[in-house]
Amino acid sequence: MRLMDWLDERLAIRQLIKVMLTEYYVPKNINFLWSFGVLVMLVFAILVVSGIFLLMYYKPDSHLAFDSVNKTIMMDVEYGWLFRHTHAVGASIMFLVLFIHMARGIYYGSFKAPREIVWITGYILFVLMSATAFTGYLLPWGQMSYWAAQTITTLFEKIPFIGPDLVVWIRGNYIVEDATLTRFFALHVVFLPLLLIVFTAIHLYAVRIPGSNNEDGIELTKEEKKHGKGIPFWPVFMAKEFFVMSVFLIFFFYLVFYQYKFAMDPINFTPADYLQTPMHIYPEWYFLAFYEVLRGFFFSQNLGLIAFVLSMFIAAFLPWLDTSPIVSGKNRPIYKILFWIFIADFVFLTILGKLPPTGLYAWLGFAGSLVYFAFFLALPILSKIEKKKVAGGR
Amino acid sequence: MADEKVSRRDFLLYAMGAWAAVGVGGILYGMYKTWEPLPEVKAQATVSFDLSTVEPGQIKVVSWRGKPVFVLRKTPDMVQCKERSVKDEYTVVLGICTHLGCIPNWEADKKIWHCPCHGGEYDACGKNIFGPPPRPLDVPPFKIEGTTIVLGEEGNEYKQMKEKGLTV
Repeated sequence: MRLMDWLDERLAIRQLIKVMLTEYYVPKNINFLWSFGVLVMLVFAILVVSGIFLLMYYKPDSHLAFDSVNKTIMMDVEYGWLFRHTHAVGASIMFLVLFIHMARGIYYGSFKAPREIVWITGYILFVLMSATAFTGYLLPWGQMSYWAAQTITTLFEKIPFIGPDLVVWIRGNYIVEDATLTRFFALHVVFLPLLLIVFTAIHLYAVRIPGSNNEDGIELTKEEKKHGKGIPFWPVFMAKEFFVMSVFLIFFFYLVFYQYKFAMDPINFTPADYLQTPMHIYPEWYFLAFYEVLRGFFFSQNLGLIAFVLSMFIAAFLPWLDTSPIVSGKNRPIYKILFWIFIADFVFLTILGKLPPTGLYAWLGFAGSLVYFAFFLALPILSKIEKKKVAGGR
Repeated sequence: MADEKVSRRDFLLYAMGAWAAVGVGGILYGMYKTWEPLPEVKAQATVSFDLSTVEPGQIKVVSWRGKPVFVLRKTPDMVQCKERSVKDEYTVVLGICTHLGCIPNWEADKKIWHCPCHGGEYDACGKNIFGPPPRPLDVPPFKIEGTTIVLGEEGNEYKQMKEKGLTV
């Protein structure tokens, strides 16, 4: 304990531990879905560690990148395949964990006052994570990587006036080329992870001020939580968390060792060719729903693009769309129905995103996109109804 | 607060603020320029290609600024459109789907370009006939010298096309 005393004198470390861990009380009435925040941290740590090892052999050069991944790392480096599979599966599973973490927040109203900053920083983290996944996806320099980068950067061309010049500026070339690869590399390994860490810190700090939401959505004071209705984050909540992490890691390493192929598209084992687009191109599964919204408005390119951008960001505005005084979805019968329609629609869009965009599928995609937005547009109306109900039907 | 005087301290503060703004502007400009294409990329400006080497009904792909340019010599059974042909029966278009930038494939049996990404289709003139593409395939800047086409320079024929609004 002498070290603790020494540190405490210089860094007030006991105070920090109290605020962040031992005197941060988590309500008792939460279920296992609240564990996903810590799971996100776990997956992020796995990605950082496996990424550093990949970094030691990866060559950010359009002539060398493909072989440095598919030959050096996969064949020559001892256990290189393990780090690659861990990183690829980790990136994919990160989004599953994030989606569940976000869906829990939406269902139980965890975005509502006084937790708007928690929701906003969380949403920024989601966007940053998407950018990290996108820039990282280019690095193996396979066909799918290349064409994903080519099409997504082309989206910027549609910005009025500056679009075409902006695309050349982002790519550093008229097409996706070496300059694009090296700058995506820099963003993926330094800039974006740094931002992720900074925003994670703000996110964790922000949640410690109002405290965690709970299943009933009824605020508990710190005193109530301290005396009977809550448990300290450390060590009591984390004790349960370690169990959840263990189960998660069994599932995770099952995927890494036996099912890693789902995170790696076969087309990406062909080196990038800027004169040949693959027959079918589609993003990784976690972007399929948004991609389907882009395709959903198949009759108008501009509408599709606007819808796509909106679908990526509309959820950030949830605290101002849903102003109902009832916090938890558990106590909101109509919201419950809307929520599950929304979740089903998201899954539906994800499935459609992988199917060819022709005939009936095109129309289904359009309908699915409308339902996606309908959820968000219905919230202000529902809020009004619920406000009346709470006020006694006046 | 009858008359507000700028004290020496205020002046120093404003001066420092202005000087810092110049510095920040300079840094941002430098960052902006750093992401511009390198001179060697900008240098690959023009490419010459001899049109007569293309057989009727055949397509050749020329690489210009890293982008594929399709050179199609149309046969009489294909869709004709004089105004979009760079010269006689030649269609010369950027092989980049105007929807999201994929490269369409030529389907010889239907005599159309078909984009694999979102199902866009273009006829032998490069006109969009189905799917999400908002406009025909773009005609790159070109100049005709006999049977040779120079890509990347704006000749008279290209300028006329541009005036008619056939290119972007």
